[in-house]
Amino acid sequence: MITANIAASKSAALSHIRICDLTGLLAGAGATRFLAAFGAQVIRVEQPAHEKHRWDFLRGGMSPDGARQGINFGGNFNNHNVEKLSITLDLKSPEGKELLGRLASVSDAVTENFSAHVMERLGCGYEWLKSKNEKIVYVANSGFGKEGPYSDFKSVGQVVQPVSGLTFMSGLPDQEPAGWGFAYMDHIGAYMMATAVLGGIISRNRTGEGQYIDFSCTEAGIGLAGPGLLDSTVNGRPMRQPGKPNSNADNYPPMAPHGIYAAAGEDNWVAIAARDDDDWARLAATIGEPWATDPSLASFEARAARRGEIDGKLTEWTRGRERNELQGAIREAGVPAAQVARPEDRIEHDQRTASWGLWPEVEHDEIGKVRVEGIPIHMSKTDWSITRGAPCLGNDNDYVYSSLLGLSPDEIADLRERKVI
Amino acid sequence: MTPLLSGLRVVELASDRAAYAGKLMGDLGADVIVIEGTGGHKSRRYGPFAGDVADPDKCLWWWNYNTSKRSVELDLESEAGRADFRKLVQSADIVLEGEDPGVLNALGVDHTQLRAGMPELVWVSVTPNGRKLAQLHEPATDLTMLAAGGLVWNCGYDDHGLPPVRPSGGHAHHTASMFAVMGALTAVVHRDLTGVGQHVDVSMIAATNVTTEVSSVDWLYRGATNQRQTGRHASEHKTMGIQVQTGDGGYCTNPLGLTTAGNYQAVMDWLRELDLADECPEFFFLQMGVERGGVSLKVLGTDVEATEIYRAGREALYLIASKLTTAEFFVGAQSRGIACGAVYAPDEALADAHFLSRNYPVEVEHPELGRSFTYPGLPFSGAKIPQTIRRAPLVGEHTEEVMTALQ
Repeated sequence: MITANIAASKSAALSHIRICDLTGLLAGAGATRFLAAFGAQVIRVEQPAHEKHRWDFLRGGMSPDGARQGINFGGNFNNHNVEKLSITLDLKSPEGKELLGRLASVSDAVTENFSAHVMERLGCGYEWLKSKNEKIVYVANSGFGKEGPYSDFKSVGQVVQPVSGLTFMSGLPDQEPAGWGFAYMDHIGAYMMATAVLGGIISRNRTGEGQYIDFSCTEAGIGLAGPGLLDSTVNGRPMRQPGKPNSNADNYPPMAPHGIYAAAGEDNWVAIAARDDDDWARLAATIGEPWATDPSLASFEARAARRGEIDGKLTEWTRGRERNELQGAIREAGVPAAQVARPEDRIEHDQRTASWGLWPEVEHDEIGKVRVEGIPIHMSKTDWSITRGAPCLGNDNDYVYSSLLGLSPDEIADLRERKVI
Repeated sequence: MTPLLSGLRVVELASDRAAYAGKLMGDLGADVIVIEGTGGHKSRRYGPFAGDVADPDKCLWWWNYNTSKRSVELDLESEAGRADFRKLVQSADIVLEGEDPGVLNALGVDHTQLRAGMPELVWVSVTPNGRKLAQLHEPATDLTMLAAGGLVWNCGYDDHGLPPVRPSGGHAHHTASMFAVMGALTAVVHRDLTGVGQHVDVSMIAATNVTTEVSSVDWLYRGATNQRQTGRHASEHKTMGIQVQTGDGGYCTNPLGLTTAGNYQAVMDWLRELDLADECPEFFFLQMGVERGGVSLKVLGTDVEATEIYRAGREALYLIASKLTTAEFFVGAQSRGIACGAVYAPDEALADAHFLSRNYPVEVEHPELGRSFTYPGLPFSGAKIPQTIRRAPLVGEHTEEVMTALQ
């Protein structure tokens, strides 16, 4: 009996759950990553070696020192696929499809984030999956959903974010949209997808029925616009207006001052938010200059009306001071303030992430020891565990095809010979 | 139809931090009871307001984050209120709260004090640094958490004289709330099997830290610090722009450029259709793009000819965009197989034909005002996904109904 290589400390939260995982990139792989960290057995189904152009785009890359490269060295792939198993399977061959059906029959959920109609074209849509496993939970994740005029549109983070309005919501007045410097919606898509899988399992436990959930990432993005969207639909006040957005100043509840201010040195910045008049009084006392302690600025209304002028004077004060010094002095006064953290600041020098255990080290079969992201929740009884790096391509073929699906060593060798796996 | 989360009762203490988590579970069919202090939670004063009238029952912040919940008004400062809260907790599968560390303990109603006799209870706390690190507690807002958590560093402009940008909308709360939901449901799956509930501790700063995609991984993996750039991924090395201005003054993105031979042929055809081929000095390169069989993103910067062809492809798209509206360019490019996104405002997206055809916007009845309003719906479809959502509750609207049922 070949057993999966599983750490002894694995979480028991989802250890009875198996996912047949056809996802890739971050929007899909990020969902099953969370489930794997809580103990679910996530089996990534990937194209065999001869189909290399169809692998997850993030799979290949260079080793951290740049000395080695190959299909198992992608740093982002490693991060997004910790604690998972990998099998290879040619879904376009009849035998591959049959094996997928057998895997689905012993799984709780099937997950995928192919383009909208790929599963149907492969003949592996929900009806087919259901014929293999009546209670299967099938969650599909695509940019625009499986129905509607844009369902075949190409979609990556920098398509989803603009179309959903998130890019628009990030900018300064009289400038073009700044947008997001990373694929935020790939993360949110992953979180929503994990939510759908967990909800589907809970629903199955209660009703005995499986289901198909189609998730649209762009719609999730529209839903993150905040209350400003209702100001448009309820009050007829369009979100596109002169001078808007002013993202660093805009907030519900409104605050003044509220923004990101230059500190001493190159590209150093501090975020400051005065939540109310008391915050402002304490901030003004910290600044200690007559313009700040001027009683005419004591009320929010007055400060909001003179936002530009206050931001200018505040910047004159912050510009000559070190960001750490500013953050410390303003926080000491009880006012929210934070330096704009670079990756090294928050990963290497922030007790709030280090003491949380947010950057666990994993062992990857080819890369070796490398740090990855942890999970921002801790559970008191069945906490997450991340110790294994992403699987090398096809690492778990023997375990899955023999122990799980009952194939003989000869049958597996034959499938490998004929490039089905 | 049995809605996805039906049968689960969530007792939520009203908060800024976890409101979106309660809304998501409520919209998905859970019975969410939001507890507010006397006169309603402070977020009912955040605005904006329906009709611009500052009324706690007309606050759009409250409306947005409290759909599909019932409201119970009770005073945790009084013994009677705490007794009611204990009764409510006994009826709950999940308690959801975003109080500062120590607050509930001082009132005698924290999870450690209430758990006796309720081994199955799942209790979710959402705080800036997590309960685990309560000693590090400090004042924080959405803005300061996104700055400290690494999101802001990545967003802004090529011109680093301009400050980095914090996208507005409340994303420190959104991100933490998503983890609150995932944690709560994970704990429920485990409880369904074992009968054992537990505490779920969510750190908002940690949630933001792991929601910055390549920014964290590029540092962890190879010590690279990415730098912000206008409208595209922050990167260690400067990359080509992907944002293009359209003829009506709007913008579209073209994140991948032209990569396949089909892409290059499609743009040549599009230029001819618009009678722009003569205006395009790069036309010759497009033909080369077809003949080469496209350009792989992996050779950009190393293969000079490929890089020039790729650049020419972008120039051709800029020319086409300058003659069309945002919507025309977006749909035109996508229907020709070219990845493209229109930079819509969220209300423009909500009114777009695609989302209308999918019934994504929903009409939410407001009987107290005698009309309905359009809200964003759920991003899920399926047989057990609710098609409707209920408006947020009025202050204490369900106090009597809920408390009577507990007697």
